[in-house]
Amino acid sequence: MSILAEILVAALLVAGGFFGLVGAWGLVRLPDMMTRLHGPTKAATLGVGSVLIASMLHFWLQRGILSWHELLITIFVFITSPITGLFIAKAHMHLSWKRGELPRPASGVEWCTYGEGAENSPIVTVEGPEKPCE
Amino acid sequence: MSILNLALLFAFGCFALAQLLCLYRVMRAPGFSDRVLALDTMAINMIALLTLFGIQRGTQVYFEASMLFAMVGFISTVAFAKFILRGDIVE
Repeated sequence: MSILAEILVAALLVAGGFFGLVGAWGLVRLPDMMTRLHGPTKAATLGVGSVLIASMLHFWLQRGILSWHELLITIFVFITSPITGLFIAKAHMHLSWKRGELPRPASGVEWCTYGEGAENSPIVTVEGPEKPCE
Repeated sequence: MSILNLALLFAFGCFALAQLLCLYRVMRAPGFSDRVLALDTMAINMIALLTLFGIQRGTQVYFEASMLFAMVGFISTVAFAKFILRGDIVE
C-alpha cells in the first residue's frame, strides 16, 4: 500500500514537472502572441494542479493528514487561469489591431476593448469614443 | 534514495528551469502583454515550487503562502490587463 502510494505521488510529481516545463518552453518558443497564450494557461496550469494533488495525496496516504488546502488552491488556479488568458488576449487585441481590422461583432454593438473609456489608455491611443458602424 | 525523492528532484529541476525561461521572457519580450503573461506564469510556478518545498520538508505551513501567491498573481495580472485596456484600474 505504501509503495503504491509513493509510486502514485511520484508519477504525479513527474507529470507536473513535465507539464510546467512544457508550458514555460511554449511561452518562449511559440511564434505568435495568441499561440503563446496556450502554454501557460493550459500546460502550466495542469502541471501546477498535478503537483498540488500529489502533495494532497502524499500528506493523506503517507502521513495520515487529510488537508483540503491543496484542493482549494487547485480549484482557484483552475478557475482563474482562463480569466487571466481572456484578459491578456483582450489587452493584446487592444495593443495590436485597430478597430477596422477586426471582424464586426454581431448585433450593432462594439467590441468592448474599443468601447467607451478606452481612449484613457496610456499605452495605446485608439480613435475617439465608439461610433455606430455602418 | 527513494523514488519520491527522485521525483521531487525532477520536479524541482523542471519548475526551476521553467522559472528561468519565464524570467528570460520577462526581460526580452516582443510586446507588453508577453511580459504580463510571463509574470503570471512566474506566480503560478512559484505556487508549485512552494508546494514541492512543503512536501520535501514534510510540513504544511507553506500552503498559506501558496494561497497568497495564487490570489496576488491573479489580481496583479487582472490589474495589469485592465491598466492596458482602460488606463484606469478602478473605474
